[in-house]
Amino acid sequence: MTTPMQADQKDIRFIIERQDGPDQPTYTEEFTVPYRPNMNVISALMEIRRNPVNANGDKTTPINWDMNCLEEVCGACSMIINGKPRQSCTALVDKLEQPIRLAPMKTFPVIRDLQVDRQRMFDALKKVKAWVPIDGTYDLGPGPRMPENKRQWAYELSKCMTCGVCLEACPNVNDKSSFIGPAAISQVRLFNSHPTGAFHAEDRLEALMEDGGLAQCGNAQNCVEVCPKGIPLTTSIAAMNRQTTLHSFKSFFGSDKGRTGSAVEA
Amino acid sequence: MATRRDYFSRKVHSLLGVIPIGLFLIVHLSVNYYIVDGVESFNKAAKFMGSLPYLYFLEVTVIALPMIFHGVYGVYYAFLGSINTNRYSYARNWMYMLQRFTGVFLVIFIAWHVWETRLAKLRGVEVNAEMMQNIVDNPLMLIFYIVGILSATFHFANGLWSFAITWGITQSPRSQRFMSYVSGVVFLALSFVGIRSILTFAGIL
Ligand code: HEM
Ligand code: SF4
Ligand code: FES
Repeated sequence: MTTPMQADQKDIRFIIERQDGPDQPTYTEEFTVPYRPNMNVISALMEIRRNPVNANGDKTTPINWDMNCLEEVCGACSMIINGKPRQSCTALVDKLEQPIRLAPMKTFPVIRDLQVDRQRMFDALKKVKAWVPIDGTYDLGPGPRMPENKRQWAYELSKCMTCGVCLEACPNVNDKSSFIGPAAISQVRLFNSHPTGAFHAEDRLEALMEDGGLAQCGNAQNCVEVCPKGIPLTTSIAAMNRQTTLHSFKSFFGSDKGRTGSAVEA
Repeated sequence: MATRRDYFSRKVHSLLGVIPIGLFLIVHLSVNYYIVDGVESFNKAAKFMGSLPYLYFLEVTVIALPMIFHGVYGVYYAFLGSINTNRYSYARNWMYMLQRFTGVFLVIFIAWHVWETRLAKLRGVEVNAEMMQNIVDNPLMLIFYIVGILSATFHFANGLWSFAITWGITQSPRSQRFMSYVSGVVFLALSFVGIRSILTFAGIL
């Protein structure tokens, strides 16, 4: 293994896994980028875009990648950097081992090069109704207040930027399984803890109990290790296990269901 | 409309892993431990187990059917996952991997073990200490049994840890860590009981 970047080194080497389009074959291409202090992976990719010539001196196409905020809050720039899924905007070149290896995340369909389509994550949020419905024909007035200690942990959960890193690391998210992934499960906990969001708590729990939902979690706990926002995903998963279990007991034994779920479904 | 078969099966699988299969494992290893007091003691204990009322009914409902469900769903579930300990070598991910490897190995081990002992009884062979002694006289079989016992104790102990999450009992990182210590103690204790018994059968202890 080579050492981290020294300030006096002139060039940075990149080995990048590329793909020209969704169903195209993958190939790797090497690049050298002149070193500047305080570079991140994105500024290096911009450098390559300015002068798309690979390490052999051959002219090539610029590399495609996704980005928005450039401050690790949007999640768009996630990719595999030296084997680990993370955001390229906060991946500082000075802190990375060389050569720097970039590849797209494998969990999502590749659009081109390092750009992937995270649609499945947004579909998952829709499926579990990860919002607080307040729209109506009249003003609903202010909602109930939220206890401060609850607000504090809920705030941590709200930092999720649907970056997809937790799905990428999860051994149960793969093409054999339909597992929804840790991020959406944690969002159910967030929106169920909200005093107004709680009106729809049961809908969200039922969405999690469908095939490909919470039951597919195998407790490998990689998600909590890799989440860049430090979201306590495994606590959320266990909490949703408890909520769905209680919910299923309540709807089977309890009295607060005039009509059963299956009668409505039929 | 999407179904909830996954959710239901997964909960049944989890519950059966502890009750009754896990409890049966504890009873089974404890009865075997009588061999440490000598052959007679073991034979008496085995005879007592064999004389329980409704034996066939109990064997089928408490052992066979739960094992078959847990085993079949377990194999299906294990192969839905993938192994990525190369890239993500966190302790819990290794446990995840071992839980699946031991599970699949247990299918082979338990099938063999049942064939060699309980089904031999149906074929008219007497199940007693001598039978086990003959089996583990063969060093390869002894190794097979040692790996089988350790797989079962690991799988059960680590299964207790994930059971507590599957049912939402341990939520905080602290309680989950505490549970992994509990699981470690269960693993060591049951492994001691199991290994000491099998080595005694083999005449090594
Ligand atoms: C000695 C017999 C066995 C015992 C005592 C046992 C016990 C358990 C327990 C207590 C769990 C935890 C349930 C949970 O995670 O909620 C578990 C999980 C599991 N078992 Fe078994 N089991 C046995 C045999 C098997 C067999 C033969 C297989 C077949 C592959 C298997 C596959 C699995 C799998 C894949 C899990 C993982 C569940 C998870 O972590 O999400 N088990 N087992
Ligand atoms: S939970 Fe963390 S790793 Fe997963 S999508 Fe949200 S921010 Fe990314
Ligand atoms: S560009 Fe938004 S997280 Fe990197």
